[in-house]
Amino acid sequence: MSDTTTAWVVIVAGGVGTFLTRASFLFVAHRFTELPARVREGLRMIPPAVLAALTVPAILRPGGGAIDLVDARLVAGLLALAIAWRTKNLLLTTAVGLAVVTLLEQLS
Amino acid sequence: MVTDPATSRRRGFRDGMASVAPLLLGVAPFGIVAGAAVVDAGFHLPENAGFSMVIFAGAAQLAAIDLLKQDAPAVVAILTVLVINARHIMYSAALAPSFAARTMRERLAAAYVMTDQAFAVTISRRQADPSYQPWLAFYFGGALTLWTVWQIMTSIGVLVGDNVPDSVPLEFAIPLTFMALLVPSVVDRPTLTAAATGAAVATAAAPLPWNLGMLLGSAAGIAAGVVHSLRRNP
Repeated sequence: MSDTTTAWVVIVAGGVGTFLTRASFLFVAHRFTELPARVREGLRMIPPAVLAALTVPAILRPGGGAIDLVDARLVAGLLALAIAWRTKNLLLTTAVGLAVVTLLEQLS
Repeated sequence: MVTDPATSRRRGFRDGMASVAPLLLGVAPFGIVAGAAVVDAGFHLPENAGFSMVIFAGAAQLAAIDLLKQDAPAVVAILTVLVINARHIMYSAALAPSFAARTMRERLAAAYVMTDQAFAVTISRRQADPSYQPWLAFYFGGALTLWTVWQIMTSIGVLVGDNVPDSVPLEFAIPLTFMALLVPSVVDRPTLTAAATGAAVATAAAPLPWNLGMLLGSAAGIAAGVVHSLRRNP
C-alpha cells in the first residue's frame, strides 16, 4: 500500500507544476505578443493528442487487454463519438454514451 | 440600452454557470470515481482535498492516485500529471490576449480555476458572440461552478468509498467527458493527425505499466501534428 508522504510529494509537485501550466501565458499576458508559428502549432496539437491518448484506449482496451468488439464500452464509445462529431453537443454525447453503456451492461 | 457594470457582471456569471451545467452530467460521476479511487489507494479525505484543491484536474489526479496505488516512483506520477495537464498551456495562451488589461490577481485566479470545460464554454461563447461584454464574469461563473462541484463530488466519492459499485457506467463517464472535449479540438487535418496518432500509439501501448502508453501516445500525437502542420505551411 502506498505511503502518505509520497502522496503529498506528488500532490505538491504535481499541483505546482499544474498551476504553472495554467498560469504560463496568463502570467505574461500584459506583454503578450504574437507567438511564432511553430510554437503556436505545437501548442495547438496538445489538446487533440492528449485527449485522444486518454480517451481511445479507455474505450478500445478498458483493461489493457485485447480489443473486444462486443464490449459495451466500445459500442457506446463509438456511438458517442459519432454523436459528438455530428452534433458537437456535449450533453447529448455524455447522456447517450452513459445510457447505452448502462443498457448494454444490464442486458449482458 | 445601457446596463451598469455590476448587473452585467452578474448576468455574465449566471450565463457561465448555465453554460457548464450540462457538462456536470459527466463531471459528477467522474468526481465520485476519483474520490473512491483515493480510498482504494489507502488514503482518505485530507489527501483527497490535496488532490482536488491543489492539483484540481480530474484525469491527472486519477492517474496519479492509480500510480501511487501501484507503488510507482513519485517521479513517474509527477511526470504523468504534468503531461496530462500540459494542454492547459494551450488554453492559457489562447486566453492570454484577452487578459492583457487585467490585474495580476485576476489572471492568477483565472489560472487556478482553469479547466477544459471552463475554457471550452468561454471560447465558444466568445466565438459565437464577439461583442459579449461580461465574458470574464462568464469564465469565472463556469470555472467556480466546476471547482465547487468537483470538491463536493470527490468528497462524496471518498465517503462512499468501497460502497461505490464497481459499475462500468460510472467509470465510463470519464472517457465520455474527454471525448466530448476531444471532438471540438479537432479543427483541421493537422489536429486530426495529432488525435489519430495519439489514439493509435496510446492504444497499441496500453499494456505498458505506469500509464506509459498515454505518455507515449501524447508525445507521438503532438509530434505528428506539428510535422503535418509544418509540411502544409512551411
